[in-house]
Amino acid sequence: MFKELIGNQSSRVKNVVERGAVKRFAEAIGDLYPIYFDEETGRKSKYQSNIAPPTFPMTFDYGDIAGLNLPNEGLIHGEQTFHYERPLRVGEEIICYSRVKNYFEKKGNFGEMGFLILESFGEDTESGLIFRSTSTVVISEAVRKVLAK
Amino acid sequence: MSTLTQLQVGESLKEIQLEPVSRMDLIKYSGASGDFNPIHTIDDEAKKAGLPGIIAHGMWTMGNLAKLFTAYYDEGFMKDYSIRFKGMVFLNDVITLKATLKEKQDRILSFTVQAVNQHGNEVLKGKVLYQQYEA
Repeated sequence: MFKELIGNQSSRVKNVVERGAVKRFAEAIGDLYPIYFDEETGRKSKYQSNIAPPTFPMTFDYGDIAGLNLPNEGLIHGEQTFHYERPLRVGEEIICYSRVKNYFEKKGNFGEMGFLILESFGEDTESGLIFRSTSTVVISEAVRKVLAK
Repeated sequence: MSTLTQLQVGESLKEIQLEPVSRMDLIKYSGASGDFNPIHTIDDEAKKAGLPGIIAHGMWTMGNLAKLFTAYYDEGFMKDYSIRFKGMVFLNDVITLKATLKEKQDRILSFTVQAVNQHGNEVLKGKVLYQQYEA
């Protein structure tokens, strides 16, 4: 039931790299370098602003993908990647969207496991791509049966 | 402060050992990330999901690991960061974060990274390609 969703893409959603959100996120991962929140450090850096930690895109809204309804429970995060053209700057606007990149099933220890690969993008209005990320979500046979009901 | 430029292939960045994982760590990460899956914060929900107790978000550990590189922000940035989650992280686990330089080509530094728990088991592993700016 996930196979037919391959290629489906969300609509584009505008996100802002919010100063307060970046600071809270940096605190939550114990990555409290001033480059993330101290304005003067940011101004004096080569970025001329504060930047966001590399995993900060987890906080963005990527819009809904038509037909994709994942439960909040029973999923396993198997893999995660980020690719950056440059770091995210605090205060900038980012256009985000995501799509179903792939889905396949493989026999594992707990039956036929499903592997859903979601690809997400962040772009700015001038230069295009800033980051691309992929999340591999592992969905067990048991969870898929519940979803199919 | 030392720079990444001085690091030789085969050498490692200074390891970071985290404080034992606390429930408050995971509550804070839930709030900061917006991932409110209750298996990370509520015992009963974790047990219902068949777990012995609450577990850390994989992204909490991956987020923590990135700080091995933060000090070098003026030298470059993480161009590629890829992780495979290998094992669960439970309350009170003590996680150590590591990165070793494997290859240097032009201005791309290729690191293997891992997080291990107090039993020496790998909880995540992966790769960082670090892009250095031109001097």
